[in-house]
Amino acid sequence: MASLITCPHCGTRPKEEFSIRGAAAPRRPSAGDRDEVWYAYVYVRDNPKGLTQEYWHHAAGCRRFLVVERDTLTHEVFGVTDAAALTRKEAAE
Amino acid sequence: MTSYRLDRGGAINRAQALTFTFDGRSYKGFQGDTLASALLANDQMLMGRSFKYHRPRGPVTAGSAEPNALMTIGSGPRAEPNARATMVELHQGLVASSQNRWPSLRYDIGAVNSLLSPFLGAGFYYKTFMWPAAFWEKIYEPLIRRAAGLGKLVLEADPDRYEKAWAHCDLLVVGAGPAGLMAALVAGRAGLRVILADESLSAGGSLLSENVSVGGMRAADFARTLAEELASLPNVTLMARTTVFGWYDDMVFGAVERVQKHVASPSPELPVERLWRIAAKRAILATGAEERPLVFGGNDRPGVMTATAARSYLNRYGVAIGGKVAIFTNGGSGYRTAADLTACGVEVTAVIDARPQSIDVAPAGIRVIRNAGVIGTKGRHRIEGLLLDRSGFEEVVGCDALAMSGGWSPIVHLMCQRGEKPVWSEEKQSFLAPDVGPAFTPVGSAAGLQTVSDCLRDGAARAMAMSAALGFAAHAAEIPDVEGEYDAAFAPVWYVPGAKDKAFVDFQNDVAVADLGIAQREGFRHIEHTKRYTTAGMATDQGKLGNVNTSGIVAAMRGVSPAEIGTTTFRPFYTPVSFGALAGVARGEHAAPSRISPLHGWAKKNGASFVEAGLWYRSAWFARDGEKTWRESVDREVATVRAHAGLCDVSTLGKIEIFGAGAAEFLDRVYCNGFLRLPVGKARYGLMLREDGIVFDDGTTSRLGDNHYVMTTTTAYAAEVMSHLELCAQTFWPELDVRFVSVSDQWAQMSLAGPKARLIMSRVVQDDLSDAAFPFLAARAVTLRGGLKARLFRISFSGELAYELAVPAGYGEAVADAIMEAGREDGVCAYGVEALNVLRIEKGFVTHNELDGRTTADDVGLGRMMAMQKPDFIGKRLSTRFGLTAADRLQMVGLKPVEPHKEIHAGAHLLKDQAKPSLANDQGYVSSACFSPTLGSFIALAMLKSGRERIGERIVVWDALRGAEVPVDVCSPVFVDPETVKLHL
Repeated sequence: MASLITCPHCGTRPKEEFSIRGAAAPRRPSAGDRDEVWYAYVYVRDNPKGLTQEYWHHAAGCRRFLVVERDTLTHEVFGVTDAAALTRKEAAE
Repeated sequence: MTSYRLDRGGAINRAQALTFTFDGRSYKGFQGDTLASALLANDQMLMGRSFKYHRPRGPVTAGSAEPNALMTIGSGPRAEPNARATMVELHQGLVASSQNRWPSLRYDIGAVNSLLSPFLGAGFYYKTFMWPAAFWEKIYEPLIRRAAGLGKLVLEADPDRYEKAWAHCDLLVVGAGPAGLMAALVAGRAGLRVILADESLSAGGSLLSENVSVGGMRAADFARTLAEELASLPNVTLMARTTVFGWYDDMVFGAVERVQKHVASPSPELPVERLWRIAAKRAILATGAEERPLVFGGNDRPGVMTATAARSYLNRYGVAIGGKVAIFTNGGSGYRTAADLTACGVEVTAVIDARPQSIDVAPAGIRVIRNAGVIGTKGRHRIEGLLLDRSGFEEVVGCDALAMSGGWSPIVHLMCQRGEKPVWSEEKQSFLAPDVGPAFTPVGSAAGLQTVSDCLRDGAARAMAMSAALGFAAHAAEIPDVEGEYDAAFAPVWYVPGAKDKAFVDFQNDVAVADLGIAQREGFRHIEHTKRYTTAGMATDQGKLGNVNTSGIVAAMRGVSPAEIGTTTFRPFYTPVSFGALAGVARGEHAAPSRISPLHGWAKKNGASFVEAGLWYRSAWFARDGEKTWRESVDREVATVRAHAGLCDVSTLGKIEIFGAGAAEFLDRVYCNGFLRLPVGKARYGLMLREDGIVFDDGTTSRLGDNHYVMTTTTAYAAEVMSHLELCAQTFWPELDVRFVSVSDQWAQMSLAGPKARLIMSRVVQDDLSDAAFPFLAARAVTLRGGLKARLFRISFSGELAYELAVPAGYGEAVADAIMEAGREDGVCAYGVEALNVLRIEKGFVTHNELDGRTTADDVGLGRMMAMQKPDFIGKRLSTRFGLTAADRLQMVGLKPVEPHKEIHAGAHLLKDQAKPSLANDQGYVSSACFSPTLGSFIALAMLKSGRERIGERIVVWDALRGAEVPVDVCSPVFVDPETVKLHL
């Protein structure tokens, strides 16, 4: 786990300011999707050794949800992005 | 006289004598002494009893790795157990006491354990105390715990202050020995922001203890000169008495600074300890090397210590460890010790060298015995002689102290705390630091170097490279000449065979070589298993002295290289850190602050008793004269609300302001019921689900403007709902234009309920409150008669005509007072959360007692709220799956005892009439229960299997905790005013 996270809004801050809110990769299915898709979204999570994307909520800072890309083995952080900006970018693509 | 203070020498201030006590006896020392050096100066070698066998022990080191000389420092609430006497700075009036002995340090009954030692070897507690099983908890474990151990914890509150701080730097240098000082100087001169941290009170490290001259000065003077220049550089911070104990991700280091541990009476203006987190761009490990003890029979006898310790006491503190010192060595350190002692006039009886030959030369006239080993020691409370063996020839050598040197182990802990293991070097016969990348590198003897000049050179060179890497131009520092150096090379000796007594490898946990053998024989061969089976390396010193010997001996036992055995895992903390420092200021109310409602003062003067709800203090009931029990007050409050009116503090509810053109659509998606068509000026009850279809939270949301809403949440879920809304808005639907702000603390909110609520509220509010002008569920800004702007909501949690009035927090108490005054003649009363609870149970309204994370909207009778025609809302999809819609789910019902005065408690389970209590027969449980003064009966809400179709059935409430079985009739959960006439008055 990283000691410091560089929030795109607040700068480099200690990890205690954040709450980790789970995997960021799963996308909320649409209402019409099959049961299996919803089941996987709500209940099934990977436990990767290596690269992972997580939501970190800057609860004691800007209150933004950030996507932190990090390595669960080496604890290296590769990037921190505002989640909304990422979702908007995905939608645009 | 065996150990004594020399007439001259040492870095102590002989002009400043200090008095202190040890086990009640008074002693004298000097400023600059440690507790250990001062005791040795007073010929007090015996400083502790060992953990398991209660063997007498003296100091083995003069520093941080000390396993034996553990003491309790101070008295009363300030008493600190397990302090290392070798690290405790002496101060006037210091009070020290020995540990783990009874009745006294000299005569310790527990030493009988030594006789039992055949039964107390590795794993003894797994084998000896096997049966009967019940004896373990009641007899064996308490006995062992009393017999074994360290210092005793103080149970009084710590009176001292602690704090935490962050520091940032370009370069952190850990350790201010020759390499660290030089590195800090080169980097500091180049302009880097440097932090130089050292455990000791003054910089210098080994320079303070070594008898060499550097740049024409005594080593200690050279160290002081360097420290003075460093102190003059504005970009360099010297942190004395600071132990860097951990290396964490992103180059963050943990350190503890002992700000006032060395003073007689700490100033309340300062913390006694400060916990630092240091964020460094680069770091240099200049922690030096630890001298290894030799492992031979009786090597724990008081008076046996490392050669470095002997030199340190001699050169730094002016103390001779004995009058006749023997030396047992496998390298140059032993010879240097002999030379230093001789130079100070201390008799050296023999230098025993384990090697067959060496280039080292002892001072003239001193007997050197090569190719020999010590196999036993004599004496009780201190060594009186030793038994050596040379090819089967045994000889007794008289001595009153023994300095031993088993070679060097670089102190690499910090660099191994993030997963990398130390690397065995065949050349150096040591474990060296792993390569952890360019940001953190070892220098000097921490990197396996041995001479002072090598350390100075290495420190300068590494700092140059680090400075360049960070873009600073560093100039090569002139490396001063060092005179009087010695060659510290050694040939490893892991174990001296033929031991006549226990040969200890871990002094603090009483682990002997034989124990390591047992572990190998019994299959605990992996070094981590060996550690846990024997407890080697597990005590407060975490094996700083013993671990490398453990690995070396296990390797030798197995006939392999130490590289194959490796070491156990290094973890923070390098040395023990007090809980006080870790807690910092987060103690008592600073750890769990009290949340006080803006109406707290109003509640208090109206006689409230308070109940803790999370961090909140909520008014529970308002006792009046003559009321003897809380029930009497609550019954009166409920009756008053139903007949007249009552005022209740509801400020603790979560309040969230919601703005934006997308707010309506957003609310429509987070609530399961519809919010798109909520008109401006109206409130609506809303139910939020989790994505799995279970109810999350409930509350009312009011539309104050086209794009402006205010949401209320339950008290407990205020923070969770806020985070949930942010998650939804930012990650699911960032296209919606919506913003939130929590205003829970900004508004005082009070509920005025009862048939006379309008009458009373109209005396406070200017606006027309007639049913036509301000109907049920109206919600809008109003003006109070004094001109204050407020928000009024006609919502009810009691079933009565009711208003919730919200005013800016600071006006809360005055407005509540005004309402009480306005309603005095009409009999208004203050009511608390207990009455609020009774009122809502009588009406069948749910709280988190019912919405307990297992119930669906339908389970609690709110299924029809779910607007399934909406394209989507959180929880919609999974709320329809089979498990959540099954007919035999628990559904909310009311319960009335057949005999009205039979009490029911929440948590009790439900059984069919005549059914035996069993899991299979379980029909559900009571979620909320109270006495209803309105009905004159106990009533309850309960979750009952297929409950709604069982109205009228007689069942049993089974309460095993209280041994009660109460027959009850299942009824509608709405006990009062089922037609909701009263709401619309």
